[in-house]
Amino acid sequence: MVTLNTQAAIAKRIPEINADPIKGRSLWVDARHRLFRNKAAVISMVILGIILFLAIFADLLSPWSYEQIDEELWGAAAPSLDKFHIFGTDTIGLDLFIRTLYGARISLAVGVIATFVALTIGVFYGATAGFIGGKVDEVMMRIVDILYAMPFIFFVIILMVIFGRNIYLLFVALGAVQWLTMARIVRGQTLTIKGKEFIEAAEAAGVSRGKMIVRHIIPNVIGPVLVYITLTIPAVILEESFLSYLGLGVQAPMTSWGALIAEGKDEMEGAVWMLLFPAGFMAVTLFCFNFIGDGLRDALDPKDR
Amino acid sequence: MLFFILRRFLIAIPVMFLIIAMAFFMMRIAPGGPFTSERKLSPEVEANMLAAYDLDKPLHIQFIKYVNGVLHGDFGPSYKYKDFSVNELIAIGAPVSIRIGLLAMFFAFAVGVPLGTLAALNQNSAIDYSVMGLAMTGITIPNFVVAPLLTLFFGVYWHLLPVAGWNDGAWNHMILPVFALSLPYIAYISRLTRGGMIEVLRSNYVRTARAKGLSEFVVVRRHAMRAGLMPLVSFIAPATAGIVSGSLVIEQIFGLPGIGGYFIKAALNRDYTLVMGVVILYAGLIITLNIVADVVYAVLDPKIKLGRA
Repeated sequence: MVTLNTQAAIAKRIPEINADPIKGRSLWVDARHRLFRNKAAVISMVILGIILFLAIFADLLSPWSYEQIDEELWGAAAPSLDKFHIFGTDTIGLDLFIRTLYGARISLAVGVIATFVALTIGVFYGATAGFIGGKVDEVMMRIVDILYAMPFIFFVIILMVIFGRNIYLLFVALGAVQWLTMARIVRGQTLTIKGKEFIEAAEAAGVSRGKMIVRHIIPNVIGPVLVYITLTIPAVILEESFLSYLGLGVQAPMTSWGALIAEGKDEMEGAVWMLLFPAGFMAVTLFCFNFIGDGLRDALDPKDR
Repeated sequence: MLFFILRRFLIAIPVMFLIIAMAFFMMRIAPGGPFTSERKLSPEVEANMLAAYDLDKPLHIQFIKYVNGVLHGDFGPSYKYKDFSVNELIAIGAPVSIRIGLLAMFFAFAVGVPLGTLAALNQNSAIDYSVMGLAMTGITIPNFVVAPLLTLFFGVYWHLLPVAGWNDGAWNHMILPVFALSLPYIAYISRLTRGGMIEVLRSNYVRTARAKGLSEFVVVRRHAMRAGLMPLVSFIAPATAGIVSGSLVIEQIFGLPGIGGYFIKAALNRDYTLVMGVVILYAGLIITLNIVADVVYAVLDPKIKLGRA
């Protein structure tokens, strides 16, 4: 009787059981197909690739270095091919092409590093809370709720004021602001995965808690996390330029898009290119990340639309 | 219900205390006091000044004094604006910031909700795509890019609106700041509205309402919107937080005499008390609004049981 029942139960679940491994494998393949069918996402990837290429090889692409002043100029020069100031110069004669690309370096680096910080904290925090569950989960998530209510950007500003606008600190501080949502997403995912059979199997096999989180939970929550990463990078870039714009972020002689936009804004009546090029680059980059993020979300979760 | 509200406020108290403590101690670890830049001070004068502001006392005594002051609604004297207390500076800046902020908030909802509804009613049409495209633009392009561009066109090129300044709140001085400040929130709100409305418009009771022969306007306005706009309630607090931090930049760009401008100047000048005052003020505002949003949400959504929340 018992065996019959179990067999019946198994028979009933065969489609599910069969579907699982196939779905598991094809999800990524499927997702890739869907992502590459999404024109906006593909174009965004190409554009981002170009911006990244320009940022990395900036020094080879321009005869000017980013601290080199063109002393033959009086005031800001409009974009021209004459001396390869293709984006023009700023008011003291610094080449804007190379500076915009150096800005791109800083902005992209901030975006990636701070997101990595957020990712590390958020994934471990969320996975731990979701996996352990119960009271621990409740307390950990209540802490996240409370932190959500804090005006973090103000604390980042205070930090930057106190510790002399150190760029590495900026990376960490911005990352530390962004991990909350990550933790929430990962926790939610972990909760749904926790009930799955392979976790029970692993538990039965005597896998330790720590190993369980690292080996089984985290790899399985990667999808939504990936989406959130592509959306966090532009958010961080935005925050960094916000601070730099206010003069609280990256300091001269280094520059970032925010700092360049701030300079451009002061000169826009006479030298509008000083505003347009950095602003344009930043806007395009942010667009690209958002399109890729949306594309990834649609690709990984076809139910959504 | 009362218990729920009370509980939320009780949780808020330690949070506020934590924020005050963090702000206080972070500012105090900072190397260099508020008077370091004024090098001409003789040691005696400096000692006197430190004593006058209680800065010579041990840290924990300063902290207790400060918290006590805050509890009595006194944020202490400003270190930089010698003749003013922080309260007075906030009182000067607040009307400007509140006015701009409220207008931006109002504008964001007034434009965002209809736009989102329009998109939801015409899902996957040209209208939908253009609204969502605009929303994407509003979200991705930060207001410190939009604001200078707006001033460039409307102020510098076309001479339609003033480039900057407050001019005692003349309406034409407020248009550009309010618009620039609200733009990202128009985008977020129209997205949220669209999402909520699409879900609700598919639901059974909306179909029933239509089947009863109600006009489309009544269906949307009376039936769909109530539930479809629920996501917006929980967006009030984050939107306020965003508008508050957005106002830092906007006030600076347009040269408005609001709190945001003071905060940036204070941060650059190490004007501890002013910085802390603004942080505490904004934190309190955001936390309060979070509670209000939770309560409103609980009242509106019959699915939420207060006992457990």
